[in-house]
Amino acid sequence: MTGVADSGRIAKRFAALKAAGRGGLVTFLTAGDPDHETFEKILLGLPEAGADLIELGMPFSDPMADGPAIQASSLRALNAGADMGRTLALVRSFRAQDEETPIVLMGYYNPIYSYGVEKFLTDARSAGVDGLIVVDLPPEEDGELCVPALEAGLNFIRLATPTTDDERLPTVLQNTSGFVYYVSVLGITGTKSAAEAEVKQAVERLRRHTDLPIAVGFGIKTAETVAEIASTADASVVGSAIVQRIADDLDKNGRPSAGLVDAIHNMVRELSNGLRA
Amino acid sequence: MEQANTFRSGPNEAGHFGMFGGRFVAETLMPLILAVEQAYDAACKDPSFQAELDDYLKNYAGRPSPLYFARRLTEHFGGAKIYFKRDELNHTGSHKINNTMGQILLARRMNKTRIIAETGAGQHGVATATVCALFDLPCVVYMGATDIERQQPNVFRMRLLGAEVVPVTSGTGTLKDAMNEALRDWVANVESTFYIIGTAAGPHPYPAMVRNFQSVIGNETREQMLEAEGRLPDSLVACIGGGSNAIGLFHPFLDDPTVQMYGVEAAGHGIETGEHAASLTGGRPGVLHGNRTYLLQNDDGQIIDAHSISAGLDYPGIGPEHSWLHESGRVNYVSATDAEALEAFQLCSRMEGIIPALEPSHALAYVSKVAGDLPKDHLICMNMCGRGDKDIFTVAEALGTKI
Repeated sequence: MTGVADSGRIAKRFAALKAAGRGGLVTFLTAGDPDHETFEKILLGLPEAGADLIELGMPFSDPMADGPAIQASSLRALNAGADMGRTLALVRSFRAQDEETPIVLMGYYNPIYSYGVEKFLTDARSAGVDGLIVVDLPPEEDGELCVPALEAGLNFIRLATPTTDDERLPTVLQNTSGFVYYVSVLGITGTKSAAEAEVKQAVERLRRHTDLPIAVGFGIKTAETVAEIASTADASVVGSAIVQRIADDLDKNGRPSAGLVDAIHNMVRELSNGLRA
Repeated sequence: MEQANTFRSGPNEAGHFGMFGGRFVAETLMPLILAVEQAYDAACKDPSFQAELDDYLKNYAGRPSPLYFARRLTEHFGGAKIYFKRDELNHTGSHKINNTMGQILLARRMNKTRIIAETGAGQHGVATATVCALFDLPCVVYMGATDIERQQPNVFRMRLLGAEVVPVTSGTGTLKDAMNEALRDWVANVESTFYIIGTAAGPHPYPAMVRNFQSVIGNETREQMLEAEGRLPDSLVACIGGGSNAIGLFHPFLDDPTVQMYGVEAAGHGIETGEHAASLTGGRPGVLHGNRTYLLQNDDGQIIDAHSISAGLDYPGIGPEHSWLHESGRVNYVSATDAEALEAFQLCSRMEGIIPALEPSHALAYVSKVAGDLPKDHLICMNMCGRGDKDIFTVAEALGTKI
């Protein structure tokens, strides 16, 4: 660990999962998708439905590392008026009712840079954000946001990938805190899925380099895989599958059905069931 | 801004030109970006790499391209003496081959077996498909669906050359989306694939590497101008989308204080309409496609679509070195509208018998604005970076003619 004091919610949650003897479910949704009001209802019900950690996507017009499902969700949110201010407002409203479930903001650097790094860190911290995942900020650009974020008391969660070899891993892990997000496939979100054996091997490799909890994502779609992956790693991340469920629900004018909020919560409940058997 | 003794030393080791540039990519790509940098550094130190490149540029691409005195346009404007650097005479019809040849030789050194590229106007796509045919490597070119529509001749040329042209419908279906899609492909195929980026942008080392491959333009111009006039040019003019032809012309002259430089951005329907592609004139610094640079973006940092009649300039960003040269004041960045470019396109066709691409037509539009007021001994060199065959359908439509 870096030794930097942070909100502690992420560490506490992983410790609790460990004590309960089970892996965790991390859900990813894009903030404001399909619209602010519907999303707020989805967000507020996620912990009760079984999400152990929540990743909130910060919408971006050009999500280079994401597949079609998450690209589309970003555009839907933006078209519905999402911006950084509203994303942070969602976190505040969530925190007003839930003091324990960690929230990690995930996205790309430009909207943060545009908002102003210092202002962003202050506002994110006070809204109740616990960690950041910024896809296009590798360790080579740590001075931009990672180091200031750690100093501001936010976790900076880094992606490790199959191309991150043993030689590079220490560089990637150096300023990582909260947990390590292992991207289990070469590619973009929501396309391929990884073989369980490969993931197991990769997680073991990561464990040789770090004591941080490890979450595995990219390509995880079913309750079965969630449980499988979380038996070797500390948590499974499901994103594109949930986001796609939103897309499938919308009518031709992009409006959600009355049942969407419940449908997402039921889906999350099902995904998490395997972890609580 | 720090006062520099030289404008030619960038980027630093981290790939920064002042605050611009850098390596803003996903971790999956990072090891590969470092490998490209290492391979490129090694190639630069290996004389056989440059020798092989020079040989292909000379015997395959047809370099050096001539420096041509445009007598009739000079007389027409009645002021400065106008020269064209004839990079439109290169094989494939633009300056793009200078860079694709360099990068494919590098890809071969790295034992990569598959090539991807993005393209806007299709010139870079054609130049990439060409070198892939030459070296028998499979080639996938990402091109916005909107651009495919307006650049049909180049799409067909790429397919004739054996490339797969993938239409990109995500986002707005233009160059920036094509670049997103190429990056997505690269992330999924890092081990086999080399990404030939077409402009002096993207993550380090691409901006420096593309600039160096394109600097052949400026280096030749320098020699040719000395031979023709016995001195350096007074002004250099080039159009700017990402800015590879401009940086190629400018870079060798950056430390010659008497040489003024003008980068001409696409003003589309006019800067004041908001429908343009002038990142420096109408944008602000941000991070996209691996580098920090000036971008067209809204208050929330969302990228705004560019607009230009020229598909090759239709990009909401610009190479990071241009952003730095803009802030340091060494290069002047100006703009020309669609209408001004169209007028220059027709003027050049009729007065010089050269049908220019719509991209350099923007540069010529700027020349036409200033040449008349400059003294007759003022030497302007404009980079004629592409030929206009590909644009005849777009121009016909703009002029209300059916062909």
